[in-house]
Amino acid sequence: MTTATTPSGSSGSRTGVPETPEEPIDTAVLGPAPRRRPVGHGFRARVLTPYGMLAPAIILFLAFMAAPILYTVVLSFQRVQVQGLGLGSGARTTVFAGFANYVAALDAEFLASVGRVLLYGLILVPTMLGLALLFALLLDSKRSRATRFSRLVIFLPYAVPGVIASLLWGFLYLPAVSPFYFITEALGIDAPTILSSGLIVFGLANIGLWGGVGFNMVVIYTSLKAVPSDIYEAARLDGCSEIQIALRIKVPIVFPALVMTGLFSLIATLQVFAEPTTLRPLTNALSTTWSPLMKVYRDAFTRDDLGSAAATSVVIAVVSLALSFVFLRIVQKRAFGQED
Amino acid sequence: MTTTTASTPRSTMRPSPIATGILILGALYCLVPVIWVVAASTKSASELFTTFTLFPSTHLFENLAQLSAYRDGLFWRWMLNSALYAGVGAVASTWVSALAGYVLAKFRFPGKSAVFSILLTGVLVPGVILAIPQYLLLAQFELTNTYWAVLLPQIISPYAIYLARIYAAAAVPTDVVEAARTDGAREFAIFNRIALPMMLPGLVTILLFQFVAVWNNFMLPYIMLGDDQLFPVTVGLSGLLNQGASAPSMYTLVIAGALVSVIPLVLLFLILQRFWRVDLAAGAVKA
Repeated sequence: MTTATTPSGSSGSRTGVPETPEEPIDTAVLGPAPRRRPVGHGFRARVLTPYGMLAPAIILFLAFMAAPILYTVVLSFQRVQVQGLGLGSGARTTVFAGFANYVAALDAEFLASVGRVLLYGLILVPTMLGLALLFALLLDSKRSRATRFSRLVIFLPYAVPGVIASLLWGFLYLPAVSPFYFITEALGIDAPTILSSGLIVFGLANIGLWGGVGFNMVVIYTSLKAVPSDIYEAARLDGCSEIQIALRIKVPIVFPALVMTGLFSLIATLQVFAEPTTLRPLTNALSTTWSPLMKVYRDAFTRDDLGSAAATSVVIAVVSLALSFVFLRIVQKRAFGQED
Repeated sequence: MTTTTASTPRSTMRPSPIATGILILGALYCLVPVIWVVAASTKSASELFTTFTLFPSTHLFENLAQLSAYRDGLFWRWMLNSALYAGVGAVASTWVSALAGYVLAKFRFPGKSAVFSILLTGVLVPGVILAIPQYLLLAQFELTNTYWAVLLPQIISPYAIYLARIYAAAAVPTDVVEAARTDGAREFAIFNRIALPMMLPGLVTILLFQFVAVWNNFMLPYIMLGDDQLFPVTVGLSGLLNQGASAPSMYTLVIAGALVSVIPLVLLFLILQRFWRVDLAAGAVKA
C-alpha cells in the first residue's frame, strides 16, 4: 500500500535500499544488510495487489476460456466404449482413442463444409472490404454530399443481430413474400431462386455483407481521418486529381486497417453459424452440416458424438489461432511497441 | 460527424453527383430490409402473400396484439431476457475489463507481460468455438439451462481488456496514481475513485460494444438453453420462424417480432451516437 512501484525494475526487491520512510524501521529490526527482503509491504504492493486486482479477469479467463479449451482437447482424444447393451453403471467407459476422432472428424462432410465456407468467404470478404473502402473514400471526399446521412444508415445494420438480419433477408428471398419477386413476376422476368442450393451461398454472403460493410467502412474511414490534411493539399497543388489522391495516397495509408479488418472478417467467416441456422426453415438448400460449426453442433447434440465434435472444434480453433497470431503480430507492434 | 479543419472546406469543392449517388445507393441497400419489415409488419397474414409487400396496410396493431398474446406474452419475456443478458453482462464485463486493463497499464509486477500475452491470445479464440466446450463444462456443474450459463461466459472479453489497457494508459496519468499512493490511498480506492472516472468515456464505448455483442449473440444461448422462458429474443424468434415453416400464419408474428426487437438497439445507437467510437473499438491507435 505504501510503497510505490519503483523505477528500478524487477531487480529492485533484491537491494537492501530502503524505499519508503517506513522502511528503516524494518531494517533496524532485522539488523544490518539483510540478504533477502522479508515478505512485507514490498511483496504485497509488487505482487499481491496487482494479481489480486487481476483476479476477476484471470479466474473468468481460466474458467470460461482456458478450461473449456483444455477439456475439448481431452475429449477429442477420448471415445466412449459401450459394453454389452450399454445398460447399468460401468457399461459406458471412456477410453483413449488416439487420433481416431480426428480421422473420423475430417471426413468428406467436414471438408465439404469447409469448402462451402471458403467459397462464402471468398465472395464475402473482398466484396465487403472493397465496398467498405469505396464508401470510406467517398465519405472522406470533399466532393460528396449527404455524407452524414449515408454514414449513419450504412453503419445501422451493425445494430441488427445476425439472426434478425437473416430473418429479414430470408423473407426478401422468399418468392411468396418478396417485393423483388413480385416486381420481376409482374415484368415477366424469370428471376433466379436465391434459396436454391446453387445460389444460397450468395444469399448468405449478402446477409454478411449487409451486416458488416458499415462497421468496416467506419474503421477505414476513421484511419483516413487520422491523416493530416496538408498532405492532400500538397498533392492538390501538384495537380493531383481527387481520384489520384485516393488511389496513390489514401489507399496506402489505410492499408494496415484493411489488413486488420480483412483478418477479422476471415475469422468471422470460418465461424458462420447463426445465419445459415436461421435460414434453414426457409429452404432445403441448407443441410445440418452446411458450415463447420453447424457440423460440430450436430455431432455434439444430435448424434451425441462428443469426441468427434471436440476434434472438429480443435481443428477449427487451431486454424483460427494460426490466423490470430498473424493479427497479434500486427497489433502488438503498432500499439505496444514503445511501452514496457 | 465532425468535419475536419481542412484548409479547403467541403463547400468550395464542386460536388460530384457520382460520388453522392454511390453513397445514397449504399444507404438504400442498407435500408431495404428495414423498409420491408416496417411495411410487412402492417399486413395481415393473407395480405402478406397476396399484395406487394412494400405497400403498407393497416394491421400493425393487430399484429402487435397477436405477438403480445402469443403464449402469455412470451415475446416480451424474451425481450426482457435479452435486456438482462446484455445489460448485466455488459456492465460486469466492462468493470472486469477496466480493472484488468488499468492494472496492466499502470502496475509493474513480475509476470505482467506473460499475463497480458496469454489474455491477448484469447482475443481471437473465437467465442463461438468455445460455446460447445463451455456447455460441456457447465453441464458438469448443472449450470446449463440457467441465466448463469449465458451471463457468465460472456463477462470475460480479452478484447475489452486489451482496449481498456490502451485507454487506461492514455487517460490515467501515472503522476496522479503515484500521488494518491503517497497519500496512502488503497489501490482499489485509487481505481474506483480516481482511475475509473478518468477512463469513463472509453468505458462507455466498451460497454456499448459489449452490450451489442451479447444482445446479438445467438450460438451461446442457443446451445445453453432448453427452456424457452429463458431465451433471449434472437433464439426465440429463430425458433418461431422454425414453427412458421409448417404454419405460415406464424410469419406475421415473426415479422412483427423482428421489427420490435430491432427498435431498442437502433434507438440506443442513434441516441448514443457520439459514443460509438469505432476507432477505439477497432484498436486503431494513432501511431
